[in-house]
Amino acid sequence: MNLFGTFGQLFAIALALVLAPLLTGWVNLCRAWLQNRSAPPLLQPYYMLHKLFLKDVVLAHGASHLFRFAPFVVFGCMALACAIIPTLSTDLPLAPAADTIALVGVFGLARIFISLAAMDIGTAFGSLGGRREMLVGFLAEPALLMVIFTTAMISQSTSVATIVETLAHRDFVIYPSLAFAGIAFTFVSFAENARVPVDNPATHLELTMIHEAMILEYSGRHLALIEWAASLKLYAYSCLGLALFFPWGIAEGASVFGLLLAIPALVAKLAIGGVLLAGIETLNAKVRIFRAPEFLGTAFLFAVLGLLVRLLLESRV
Amino acid sequence: MRFFGEPIEFEKQAGIGSPAWRGRADDGEALQAFAVAVHRNGGRLAALWGEDRRKGGEGFRLHVAFGLDMGHAWLGLDLPAAHPAYPDLAGIFPAANRMQRATRDLVGIATDGGDQRPWLRHGAWPADWFPLRHDAGGGRDFTNRPSDYDFVQVGGEGAHEIPVGPIHAGIIEPGHFRFSVIGERLLRLEQRLGYQHKGVEKLFIGMNPADGARLVGRISGDSTCAYAWAYASAVEAACGISPPPRGLLLRALMLERERVANHLGDLGALGNDAALAFGFSQFMRLKEDWLRLNGKIFGHRFMMDRIVPGGTALDLEAPALAAIVEQGDAVGREVKELKKIYDEHAGLQDRFLTTGTIDADLARELSLSGVAARATGLILDARVHRQGYTPPAPWAMLGVRPATDERGDVAARAAVRFAEIFESLRLLRELAVGLPDSELRVEVPPVPGGSGLGVIEGWRGEVLVGVAFDDDGKLARVHPHDPSWQAWPALEHAVMKDIVPDFPLINKSFNLSYSGADL
Repeated sequence: MNLFGTFGQLFAIALALVLAPLLTGWVNLCRAWLQNRSAPPLLQPYYMLHKLFLKDVVLAHGASHLFRFAPFVVFGCMALACAIIPTLSTDLPLAPAADTIALVGVFGLARIFISLAAMDIGTAFGSLGGRREMLVGFLAEPALLMVIFTTAMISQSTSVATIVETLAHRDFVIYPSLAFAGIAFTFVSFAENARVPVDNPATHLELTMIHEAMILEYSGRHLALIEWAASLKLYAYSCLGLALFFPWGIAEGASVFGLLLAIPALVAKLAIGGVLLAGIETLNAKVRIFRAPEFLGTAFLFAVLGLLVRLLLESRV
Repeated sequence: MRFFGEPIEFEKQAGIGSPAWRGRADDGEALQAFAVAVHRNGGRLAALWGEDRRKGGEGFRLHVAFGLDMGHAWLGLDLPAAHPAYPDLAGIFPAANRMQRATRDLVGIATDGGDQRPWLRHGAWPADWFPLRHDAGGGRDFTNRPSDYDFVQVGGEGAHEIPVGPIHAGIIEPGHFRFSVIGERLLRLEQRLGYQHKGVEKLFIGMNPADGARLVGRISGDSTCAYAWAYASAVEAACGISPPPRGLLLRALMLERERVANHLGDLGALGNDAALAFGFSQFMRLKEDWLRLNGKIFGHRFMMDRIVPGGTALDLEAPALAAIVEQGDAVGREVKELKKIYDEHAGLQDRFLTTGTIDADLARELSLSGVAARATGLILDARVHRQGYTPPAPWAMLGVRPATDERGDVAARAAVRFAEIFESLRLLRELAVGLPDSELRVEVPPVPGGSGLGVIEGWRGEVLVGVAFDDDGKLARVHPHDPSWQAWPALEHAVMKDIVPDFPLINKSFNLSYSGADL
């Protein structure tokens, strides 16, 4: 671990914390444009966080320590995830601490805590949301693991940094397995980030919500942390997708120049990704909740196909 | 005239409004026998309300309006002041249940059996005080006691309840829904309404007919034209006057504009509830343009107070009529386009199809009317010719084509709305082009002691208003009846085979009024 690496790591985390709400704001902006609505300001998520941090927390009667503790755990998990994923540089001192499988575990940990917190207060909606979240989660996680295995087989390592380095360094070869894995990853990202067609981030319908149903009872700084964590999750998934499938532009080794070049590359990639996300969300209706397993089953199938293609066709590449 | 061989003698009410016959039942048994005969012959329970007539030395009167093939049979049953009780009709017409309970809460005449839970009374006033009795007084000094309500419990392994509302996550009217579920599957839905009870019927008592017209237009803002026309029609029947042709056609024009505005909004909201925000913003844009033109040419976006007893309160000039025709053409083109998108959107159709199904038999059994009934295949529209029924002026000459769909699901209700928009646009064009020259309104003479019934096919369904005058020509009793009374219980049935997350969509496909039924 060197000084530059430590600095790079801290900078990446800080950038994640700053950029994540911006990404959410950008997606909302694009959605509004695509739906012929007048858009909220790009910085709306920051205003929102500012407002929520200033507000008092209202706690439900009977809320246990878990309920108060969960937002910090969730936020911590998402910040850690952003630290592990090579957003700017592959020279990450924290990267050896956790590989991709641990990364899935970090997401899982956050999910468990938020679901438990949702059930903690005992309202019908909390339990409803927690139950649905677990349904989506336990179908999404295997698919995500399969995607990661496919990329790990290409680079012979489960470390995210190594995977990205390998993929970025290779001669330009088209991997059919990566195409399948990419489709599966997109599906999983939509489900995991509570986007249409699995969940509706802008929902006002308490009976159909998944993510929003779980956080109905949160307020003040707790809610701010959860909202921020949700933004970080979207950012983490976007960056993971970009790192795995479009790794170009990510700095390698200790170079200030590389790091500086990586920032505009990342922002540009995220901006394009945000437009695509908003486009897909606008074109789709939400599926019936019992179709969500089908949706994620398809994702798993694609991920397995990617793995098989890798094993059968590309093993000598 | 007699119906179904029952001994009750009926007499057709005056006026050119919706055909209605009035009769008097001698006792509860005669009422019950008549109800059975109506049910056997495929009729509906249209409305049920009570009236306190003790001021004139009589007792109470129960009013029951039945929907028959040829029109409405309006039956009165006089009850003694001492023990006003009548036989429970809910066994014959399930729709009677809530109306009977509301009548007991407000007037204090109860059934001699059946469901005795309160309906509109939520503990805001004591059980032995009845606001619609003339000796009830103001009664604003009661302390509000939260009341317990006996929901039907569902037991068994894994069954649990989800209480929703009356305060919701979105900005909608208040209502409580108690879902009994296993996992996501709905076993039972029980509604509790009445949170919007504001004493409208009490407010009517002693009003001038003209003030009554203003109040009736504010019962359910989305149906203000339907209510105003139904009320005007009831007053005109009581007076025996007929509005002039131009006034009548202008009313039809306003009613159809109201229908289109609401259907546009509903279709957008249906898209929104399936998270297809594109549909929402497109339909909302159309609706907003529509309402803006209303505001421009009628001076009010919802056209409140433009329909008055005797005719209409405003005239349209040629440029306004031209604007209506032009907008109708533009909207028709756009809706056609949007219909294609809705029809071909796989994700949306997957949410719509087979969701929230009711069939024609159930619709008939529940006395359903309006869009929800027509979406089960019933041709039930007060504007439309059907066997044995001739619609009143001006519909008879317009030749309205009914929009029906036999699937009975959310998709069917959406399809009926689309079809009705196109039909209304056609009617609007005909109305705007062929508006005759005549007076707008006639004078409404005072009619001490008169009464009348008005029925109008609003966008949601059949809006019915019963009016009775006192000896001074003031309003003694006005009962506005929203189609939601019958449709709310239908919603309870429609969700039965579905899952919790589909409820908002099913609910939206009915889009029922809380305010109109809570009064």
